[in-house]
Amino acid sequence: MRIELEKRPERSTVMAWASPLIAVLATVVTGGLIFAAIGKPPLQALWIFFLEPFSSLWSIEELIVKATPLILIGVGLSVAYRANVWNIGAEGQFTIGALMGGVVPVFFTSWQSPLTLVAMLALGILGGMLWAAIPALLKIRTRANEILVSLMLVYVAQLLLDWLVRGPWRDPKGYNFPKTVGFEDWQTMPVFGGGRLNLGIVLALAAAVGLAILMRRTMKGYEVRVLGEAPRAGRFAGFSSDRMTLFVFLLSGGLAGLAGIVEVASTVGQLQPNISPGYGFTAIIVAFLGRLDPIGVVVAALMLAVSYLGGEAAQVALGISDKAARVFQGVLLFWVLACDTLILYRLRIVRPEAAVEGV
Amino acid sequence: MDQAALLAVLLTIVTASTPLLLAALGELVTERAGVLNLGVEGMMVMGAVAGFAVALTTGSPYLGIVASALAGALLAVPFGVLTLNLVANQVATGLALTLLGLGLSGLIGERFVGQPGVRLTKLHIPGLSDIPFVGPIVFGQDVLVYLSLVLAVAVSWLIFRSRAGLILRAVGDNHASAHALGYSVIRVRWAAVLFGGALAGLGGGYLSLAYTPQWIENMTAGRGWIALALVVFSSWLPGRLVIGAYLFGAVTILGFFVQGLGVGVPAQLLSSLPYIVTIAALVVISTRRGRARADTPACLGQPFVPDR
Repeated sequence: MRIELEKRPERSTVMAWASPLIAVLATVVTGGLIFAAIGKPPLQALWIFFLEPFSSLWSIEELIVKATPLILIGVGLSVAYRANVWNIGAEGQFTIGALMGGVVPVFFTSWQSPLTLVAMLALGILGGMLWAAIPALLKIRTRANEILVSLMLVYVAQLLLDWLVRGPWRDPKGYNFPKTVGFEDWQTMPVFGGGRLNLGIVLALAAAVGLAILMRRTMKGYEVRVLGEAPRAGRFAGFSSDRMTLFVFLLSGGLAGLAGIVEVASTVGQLQPNISPGYGFTAIIVAFLGRLDPIGVVVAALMLAVSYLGGEAAQVALGISDKAARVFQGVLLFWVLACDTLILYRLRIVRPEAAVEGV
Repeated sequence: MDQAALLAVLLTIVTASTPLLLAALGELVTERAGVLNLGVEGMMVMGAVAGFAVALTTGSPYLGIVASALAGALLAVPFGVLTLNLVANQVATGLALTLLGLGLSGLIGERFVGQPGVRLTKLHIPGLSDIPFVGPIVFGQDVLVYLSLVLAVAVSWLIFRSRAGLILRAVGDNHASAHALGYSVIRVRWAAVLFGGALAGLGGGYLSLAYTPQWIENMTAGRGWIALALVVFSSWLPGRLVIGAYLFGAVTILGFFVQGLGVGVPAQLLSSLPYIVTIAALVVISTRRGRARADTPACLGQPFVPDR
């Protein structure tokens, strides 16, 4: 017996909806097996990991806080990947965004105005765009592989941040801890609700809606899709893939930079060596789980936020390593990609005896 | 610089270059078959943790080496199923492999953090290894150094001088024709993917057994990605890959050597050197457009569905 792929006459709409759900289900089952393998009660662990985050208002707020950077980065990446441009250095653009936005609280400590935060956010976006422009321009001018260049720049960005907060930008009154001065009230995101939710989620949702409109209703969105799916046809239509590369890199980099400054100006509250638990990489999973669609990304980001929170909860309750969350994220992306095959192909089981039947 | 210092620098360059050479050599074969596996970093780090764990529990670094190759190949299996059998996007699947490898190795390796590892000892051939200066460099390396160089020659022979290599290149350059000629594209690619995984695992194992015999989370620190860049840099030629890997190791080590001289450069700048050099190398090699383009396996990254 062997399994063969048979191309469907057209994309299956049912599977386009069902495949992310199948993938999540398969991940949960795989998760249970992993828990069992490391000697933890699988059902209880799964409950804590995936359902407890929804059990209280506090944790739902926390979920939204964790989802904010994932949405901001993920929507930008989803557009880039749609254009078949592979920005995988969002983590670096996030870091430079945080760093550039952080210039205001570090150097203009006493500038107190409603514009302070606006300037920080603008600088954050600019920082992310600048860092993303490097792989884009190198790709356009020299054809250097954007995947490798954008990824290499993640390490460079993290080392730059590390040097700054341990050296020139270190808080002189910080007892030698590697961190900058703490951000003041007027330098942090306004909060609402129970005091944990901040303006970041509003910006994230606005970005998602804006990009959803861009992709569905505008010429630019059409250009992204055409160049991504049929680059030759796109060129005949007069679209420039070089300009598209720059556009999606600046877009996704700017949003990653915004995510960076929003994160340090809310939950972190200062610049320090570790400002992200890998949001820039998790957002890649978010983009795929969300079917490379800005609205899908919002849903996917909330699901991935569960894995962060569930990971923390499982660590406290059952002593399961926080690394388990990252394993789940990797497994999830695998299942998502595997299930996506079902949209374009049908699985057909071929039995060897079938050939004999006709005789 | 006196002779002892020069010797130390040269020996460190060899240890820094070997893991890159091993991993890049595997990826070179994979890419020659037309498959782009961006999961090198993930397979490397799994090799590192598996090699360390097995060497520590059995006490034998050689069993550790075997384990690291197996772990790398094992992690390549889901990649093969997805990209070869289920025609999933190779870029995305490779990324998934890296993320999974980094997570899984962190989980497995947690209990080994801070434990002293088992070091893969350097060979000592009485007489030969004792020749001043030349002896330790030529006759006093560990087995993996020699293995990496032998493999480079073997891969070069395989690709350009053997029938199997002809098939490998056919599959990578024109999978439709290779299929029409009756070769199983999928099977050849499977073999190449598994070989790539095993060598990436070995490269990772070298890190945790010889380079720094301990387990640190994410200890590959981007070397898998650098190996990917080296394959591009080498224009998919094993000979040039050896030169590239050693040049790269030299640049990295010279950075640390300069720091040792007490020049006032921030440590972070020196640590970022390998990444900046990689970008520079990619730019230089990509600028020579015509040449680089001609060497690229024509079907690199393209999925293949046999139409029976």
